[in-house]
Amino acid sequence: MTKIHPNLEAVDPKMNAESVSVYYGDKQAIKDVSIGIPAKYVTAFIGPSGCGKSTFLRALNRMNDTIPSARVEGQIELDGENIYSNSMDVVQLRARVGMVFQKPNPFPKSIYDNIAYGPRIHGIFEQKGDLDGIVENSLKRAGLWEEVKDRLNDPGTALSGGQQQRLCIARAIAVDPEVILMDEPCSALDPIATAKIEELIAELSGRYAIVIVTHSMQQAARVSDRTAFFHLGEIVEYGRTSDIFTNPIEQRTKDYITGRYG
Amino acid sequence: MVLGLALAGWLSARSRAWALRADSGGRLASLPNYHGWYVGLWIFIPTVLFVFVWNAISPGLVLQSVLGSPAAEGLPAIESARLDALREARDVATGAASSTTNPDALPMIAPFSDALSQYRWIGIVLTLIIAGAAGAWSYLRVKPEFGARTRVERVIMAVLILASLVAVFSTFGILASLIFETFRFFEMVSPIDFLFGTFWSPDPMANPDNPDPTRYGAIPLFWGTLLIGAVIAMIVAIPIGMMSAIYLTQYAHPRFRAWAKPALEILAGVPTVVYGYFAALTVAPMIRDLAMSVGIANASSESALAAGIVMGVMIIPFVSSMADDSIAAVPQAMRDGSLAMGATTSETIKLVLVPAALPGIVGGVMLAISRAIGETMIVVMAASTAANLSANPLDSMTTVTVQIVAMLTGEGSFDHPATLSAFALGFVLFLVTLGLNFVALSVVKRYREAYE
Ligand SMILES: Nc1ncnc2c1ncn2[C@@H]1O[C@H](COP(=O)(O)OP(=O)(O)O)[C@@H](O)[C@H]1O
Ligand SMILES: [Mg+2]
Repeated sequence: MTKIHPNLEAVDPKMNAESVSVYYGDKQAIKDVSIGIPAKYVTAFIGPSGCGKSTFLRALNRMNDTIPSARVEGQIELDGENIYSNSMDVVQLRARVGMVFQKPNPFPKSIYDNIAYGPRIHGIFEQKGDLDGIVENSLKRAGLWEEVKDRLNDPGTALSGGQQQRLCIARAIAVDPEVILMDEPCSALDPIATAKIEELIAELSGRYAIVIVTHSMQQAARVSDRTAFFHLGEIVEYGRTSDIFTNPIEQRTKDYITGRYG
Repeated sequence: MVLGLALAGWLSARSRAWALRADSGGRLASLPNYHGWYVGLWIFIPTVLFVFVWNAISPGLVLQSVLGSPAAEGLPAIESARLDALREARDVATGAASSTTNPDALPMIAPFSDALSQYRWIGIVLTLIIAGAAGAWSYLRVKPEFGARTRVERVIMAVLILASLVAVFSTFGILASLIFETFRFFEMVSPIDFLFGTFWSPDPMANPDNPDPTRYGAIPLFWGTLLIGAVIAMIVAIPIGMMSAIYLTQYAHPRFRAWAKPALEILAGVPTVVYGYFAALTVAPMIRDLAMSVGIANASSESALAAGIVMGVMIIPFVSSMADDSIAAVPQAMRDGSLAMGATTSETIKLVLVPAALPGIVGGVMLAISRAIGETMIVVMAASTAANLSANPLDSMTTVTVQIVAMLTGEGSFDHPATLSAFALGFVLFLVTLGLNFVALSVVKRYREAYE
């Protein structure tokens, strides 16, 4: 059972997971996980690799639907609405809950078209001028505008790794999501690019609910307000980041943050 | 026999190497087997080379000695009669003919058989000497520290190089003969008339020294080829091939894909004659009847449409398997990225997967076109031989390949410009398909690099 830190202030959760289990075929990857994800905070998922962080993250915007063998049980709510109910439109859900992947994956299109991709498929602009504005705004918020404003027609794949990842963040922002899920967004980047992304996360946190999976405890400590420690498909401990790192309750958490395994 | 010798060398050298290994109690630089191969190859290669050379020169030597014999003085003085007599005598002597009625040949039989057996013995003895010498020399080198392994490796490499050279040179040889015949044709009919003339009706019975260049205009053929192979066939093949590739990569259950994809690829192995039957016997009459029933009276029963449609069906597997490969090669991350943006599967396919796979798909389509325009059997069976420059796909039309067949199997003599025109057609077709393949492969290659 998840240990919740006593001095974790109760906030209305943006997303709320209730006894969620995820299976790949017969294999259970997530075991009865419950957690509330607050708005306007950064929540970090840490834990040894293979413990189910990505799986749980993907359950939050139903990306597991794209894996034929995956099956989700339990309930996940977005603003009180069950995202796995029949009335929930996956397309709408993913527009509201955006995702940034481990490896930057810009489309083989121009920088402009990468950002315009979401707004175009969701039709969230009236005329061409609006789209230009959305592209500019998203790039500005992702801190990429100054670097690319003169070459919006260059392919997105021609950017450096760190720029590509910020492009992917800008692409996710462009549809104005409420939640942004990031799965180890810096694991393919060098320290300078990582620092830029972390800065960006701090800036974005006032606006969106951000969930970040990271294998770096320093990163979790630097960027997140709350931390959940995953182990073997369960959340062992959940609380304010400072509490988790300075004052862990469970032995397993202590072992992990002192680097005894994982 | 040579093989037997080589085998003996192989066995003896191997056993010697084994013995050496046992004697020295230690390790050899190469495995005994390699020593065996080393000696075996040393026997085999020089001997085989010698046998080839000997077979090439010994008839000359035999003839020489026969002509030197006293019986040769009785040969007729006339060149052709003398050659005939010699040839018949030789045939009897070698047993290729049982007897001869040529009186001039009869006295020559005995000297011929003498010379033949004499030179055969010389040949056998020389072969044995060479094999023995090579074997002995290499056998003596079987020592513990001798690196037979690297040497055998070098021989293997040489054999492989030789094999690839054979492929390259035969291609060049074929090309050279094609060019040669093409030039002979262009000496009779100017390339301008050939490439830009719009009337094709070579007359194989006309005077070969003075061909009518206006009958050698190849434009209608190229037009027919393009219309059937590149337009109608592709209108059929591209959409069907693309859609089946998209279904198989994106929607189909993995288990269905596992057998459907190979099944589709088997279609590519159906002999094109079978498609030809299908075109000539089923599709062509159907199209004619259909055209009649909607009131088009002059529809031909050998329409370009029928040949093109069946050709398109034949090409489907090429297009779909290339498209399948290129779509499947687009990284999963692209697809995930698009789906995570809230795109549906079909939007993802249309906006991300197909554009990303486009170079590969285009390459596949170009390869398919080059195959279609070089295709012979279907059009020979289903298209006509009448060269029409018409935009109506219901008209009968002919293609380059059909005319190549028609000209080569026609009544004209081999030197006739009508026959030679087949080579010129073949040469132009070769250049076109070569160009298409070249462009297609470089497109595919560049695309592969983009994801590595
Ligand atoms: N597509 C999949 N099919 C089957 N098993 C999977 C799949 N993805 C992940 N798993 C398994 O689920 C478990 C959790 O994986 P994951 O969520 O990727 O862990 P983490 O992100 O914490 O490293 C692992 O044991 C992994 O092998
Ligand atoms: Mg992971």
